[in-house]
Amino acid sequence: MSSSADSISTATTHGARDHARAQAGQRAEFQPTIPAAGALDRPPGVAPADMLWEETVEPGNYTARVLPRGANLRLTDLAGDTCVQLLLFNAAATAERLNLPDTVKIQWQAYLGEGALLLSDMGRVLASVREDTTAGHDLFNAMSNQARNDTRYGSGSVHGTAPNARDRFAVALSKFGLGRVDIGPAANLFKKVIVAADGSFTWHGDESPAGGRLLLRCEMDVLVALTVTPHVLDPRPEYTVTPLGVTAWRGAVTPPDDPVRLSTPERTRAFENTEDWYLS
Amino acid sequence: MSTPSELPTGRIVYDEVVAARAPWSKVVKAGETLRIVDLEGNQAVDCILYRADDPVERYSAADTMTAQNNVYLVTGTELLSNEGNVLMTITGTTVERHDTVGGACSRESNSLRYGHHTRAQHACVENFVHDNARRGMGKRDVVPNINWFMNVPVEADGSLGIVDGISAPGMWVDLRAEIDTLVAISNCPQINNPCNGFNPTPVRLIITAP
Repeated sequence: MSSSADSISTATTHGARDHARAQAGQRAEFQPTIPAAGALDRPPGVAPADMLWEETVEPGNYTARVLPRGANLRLTDLAGDTCVQLLLFNAAATAERLNLPDTVKIQWQAYLGEGALLLSDMGRVLASVREDTTAGHDLFNAMSNQARNDTRYGSGSVHGTAPNARDRFAVALSKFGLGRVDIGPAANLFKKVIVAADGSFTWHGDESPAGGRLLLRCEMDVLVALTVTPHVLDPRPEYTVTPLGVTAWRGAVTPPDDPVRLSTPERTRAFENTEDWYLS
Repeated sequence: MSTPSELPTGRIVYDEVVAARAPWSKVVKAGETLRIVDLEGNQAVDCILYRADDPVERYSAADTMTAQNNVYLVTGTELLSNEGNVLMTITGTTVERHDTVGGACSRESNSLRYGHHTRAQHACVENFVHDNARRGMGKRDVVPNINWFMNVPVEADGSLGIVDGISAPGMWVDLRAEIDTLVAISNCPQINNPCNGFNPTPVRLIITAP
């Protein structure tokens, strides 16, 4: 990327300083919009002051941040071939985190969709699915690791051409004081996988549309960490994944008469436990 | 007590009964085989594996399912770590399949599944956390586990749940350690669903060395 800095000599500290400062103000394809109030794609009806996050995440890369209870988190499959590995933690007590066995077992349902909850291992709701225009997701399969991507793509390192999700998470989470032990199973978003009657997986990862969106509501103050890397069942020989759009804005805490909250007795108690956490 | 027939060849280096509702953990050395015997039938045995010399590397249900392209654990299943290495292999079992999608019961999840009145009941996560604490590990080290002898079908519409077991008295599973593996077990105390036939019972653990 060229900039007005290119013509400035860096032979002296003053020159180097001017050179550094002259680089600002550019726009890269993959970056957050800061301040978020200046979001390029602010959702209709959302005031600039309520914007929390806008970012386009590079294929192979990661992002992470803390969002407040009530925030809306919208993930957009910008070009129709993204794949996201998602981890969630209770930001105030990160030993509490997304638990996929509890998520499927407690809701008696293997597949994530509108009205579903992403449950923590402490019987609380980390986030709820408010809108889903994708083809579907996968809560069973692994995330990529170094060995897998070395074998499959020739290089799986975070500095290489086919970064693996696990090491991306190791870096992302370390910035919040967490480590490799905290990289639990992630939800694989935007790539639909079905479990057949014999227990085998069927790949439907080519069915999600460009512009497909998953809208989550944060039901607690959550640390959101995600990577954008190919699904481990993706049959294509090349490391293939397209950018993710992330948008978040402030919202109201889920009210007692919320239809998702009341949709099943298990979900209602998950919200009750969450509301209990915020009593003190 | 019934004596399991066809024990793995080799000498028995360990043979104990784990009481109903109790935790257990021990390093099974590379080449040794751990047999878990469901003494009275339909007793879920929750299990997490850790690489003994570096427990940050541990069992990964997701990696295991992905590698074999199937959610069910059967004879021949390689139990993989989160780094893709084989920790143990199921070298034989008399039960059609075992579960690794249902997770461990906890006081907290019980409150969602059965009601807030179950909050004081004992649960597998309590066992795992308590046993981990003796080794300098904790809740962060409790990851999605294996449920030996537990039956969790996934229906065509995505319905998934713990249903009546397919094990019986004396049925067993053999796990050969491919590297030194810390095996952590919670002999499941759940009384609110059919995973233990609503009656937690003891299991027998036999380790044989080649």
